[in-house]
Amino acid sequence: MPQVTYIEPDGRVRTLEVDAGSSVMRAAVDAGIDGIEAQCGGNCACATCHCYVQDPWLDKLPPPSDDEALMLSNVAAERRPNSRLSCQLVVEPALDGLTVELPDRQS
Amino acid sequence: MDPQAPILIVGAGQAGVQIGESLRQEGYQGELLLIGNELHPPYQRPPLSKKWLIEPGAHTALALRGADSLRRRRIDLRLDTHVTAIDRAASTLQLASGERLDYSRLAFATGALARALPLPGAALGEVLSLRSINDSGAISAAIRRCAAEQRPVVVIGGGFIGLEVAASARKLGAEVTVLEGLPRLMSRVTAPIVSEAFERLHRAHGVELVFGAQVTELKGAGGRVEAVRTADGREHAAGCVVVGIGVMPDDRLAAAAGLACDRGIIVDDCARTSDASIVAAGDCTARRLADGRLLRLESVQNAVEQAKSAAAALMGRERPFRAAPWFWSDQYDIKLQMVGLSHGYDQVVTRGDLQKPAFSAFYFQSRRLIAVDSLNRIQDHMQSKRLLDHGLSPTPEQVADAQFELQSLLKDAKLATADGA
Ligand SMILES: Cc1cc2nc3c(=O)[nH]c(=O)nc-3n(C[C@H](O)[C@H](O)[C@H](O)COP(=O)(O)OP(=O)(O)OC[C@H]3O[C@@H](n4cnc5c(N)ncnc54)[C@H](O)[C@@H]3O)c2cc1C
Ligand code: FES
Repeated sequence: MPQVTYIEPDGRVRTLEVDAGSSVMRAAVDAGIDGIEAQCGGNCACATCHCYVQDPWLDKLPPPSDDEALMLSNVAAERRPNSRLSCQLVVEPALDGLTVELPDRQS
Repeated sequence: MDPQAPILIVGAGQAGVQIGESLRQEGYQGELLLIGNELHPPYQRPPLSKKWLIEPGAHTALALRGADSLRRRRIDLRLDTHVTAIDRAASTLQLASGERLDYSRLAFATGALARALPLPGAALGEVLSLRSINDSGAISAAIRRCAAEQRPVVVIGGGFIGLEVAASARKLGAEVTVLEGLPRLMSRVTAPIVSEAFERLHRAHGVELVFGAQVTELKGAGGRVEAVRTADGREHAAGCVVVGIGVMPDDRLAAAAGLACDRGIIVDDCARTSDASIVAAGDCTARRLADGRLLRLESVQNAVEQAKSAAAALMGRERPFRAAPWFWSDQYDIKLQMVGLSHGYDQVVTRGDLQKPAFSAFYFQSRRLIAVDSLNRIQDHMQSKRLLDHGLSPTPEQVADAQFELQSLLKDAKLATADGA
């Protein structure tokens, strides 16, 4: 199973084994990772699942859809070049090791 | 009251879970018990009229949080447990089993009940309403039967839930009739121009819309509904009926315990009730606004943000919920996103393409922006949310000018980051 590492807002680091096909958001809320709210449940409608993708993973991810890019335009925390919505990031074996940092606020 | 007694949360839905989570984030170390009367672990309701209705899947896919999440936060979850009464003098709560639980502090997150149709025939088989996972499963099955038997699905009520069910039923191949008592769709919350866009959308997808329909009776045979009768004497054939006429905040326990209620548990913007040791959040509340009005919202954001306020209040802190309310609804390939409260608007300005449709309706009151409804215009929604949250307003002329960038107002206020275009 691919592993995904989360850096929570207070700096704690947790690594989860995530089913391929699941989203970075889904795995986090199931495990109780702090820093992701996911109010719309993965519908790309709330932008409360914002994360920062760490090097070198950004380039290995499919680029954001138009909807995701537009939602990212006004996230609550700072928007950075490596900002993504974690509900739109589908975990695959090739992403084993993916690391995301979570912002200090989502709404 | 025993200060060492646990904090009890009544209602294990969106708000209840968030109160628990936020209490831990607020540093609460004591015992925490989340009590819910449903059989399923806390789940999301929005998909129940959307994706889930079309394709019911595993319960876990709807879960708000996984079991590990509750364990990590030391939130004890008791499902299938009905709270029957609160004794405020003794600081105890009574369960249907007869058991009594002491509390130090208490949170109500009891949600709302689907409003029942107060008409003859409402108890017939295949007359369904939608609130829970089980309701959604039953409606999904009924729609499939209707599609197979080529009998229409009749939806009573042209609000969000009714229209989402109508769209989902069309996707499942059923004929759909929507009966709406007023002259247009979603009339309580949107401007005519938005209602009209949805009217075109549903008609284009083959939904029969009937306005001014006063339902008088449901008729059936063999215990099963067969037709819906309206005041004009028409009978609308029905293989099943979905009643989507709104909800009633569930304030029954709180009202019985003497808390101030008015179609909802009355709370301030910090989620405090009339009892200092009791808070309330989500669909069960009626929030007192600064101008004295009571605001009743049924949305995920409201449940989550009030829950954060409630958790802070239980810890003796003030964390008022004053952000602009927002909501979304999916119908066919249209994503409707709403932000703000349009009540009391005196001007509506649109931006975008009405026919496509990909446009937003901007609501103004005395030239101040108060709300925005966006249909497939995510950028408008996100920018408007920021503007409203920060008390900023474009002029109606700026909104009408397609060349004008709303984002520039955020940039001027230093609310946009460099690349936040
Ligand atoms: C079909 C549908 C579609 C929706 N779509 C959207 C949408 O697109 N966007 C959006 O923002 N919102 C949507 N909503 C609204 C949103 O789901 C609600 O606002 C939200 O669930 C409210 O959360 P809550 O915790 O207040 O109530 P609930 O989630 O209803 O939770 C309350 C819980 O308390 C339990 N309870 C009540 N009384 C007792 C008792 N005495 N003892 C024990 N347990 C008790 C109830 O059984 C329930 O499980 C939708 C709702 C429905 C039904
Ligand atoms: S969970 Fe809402 S946008 Fe990702």
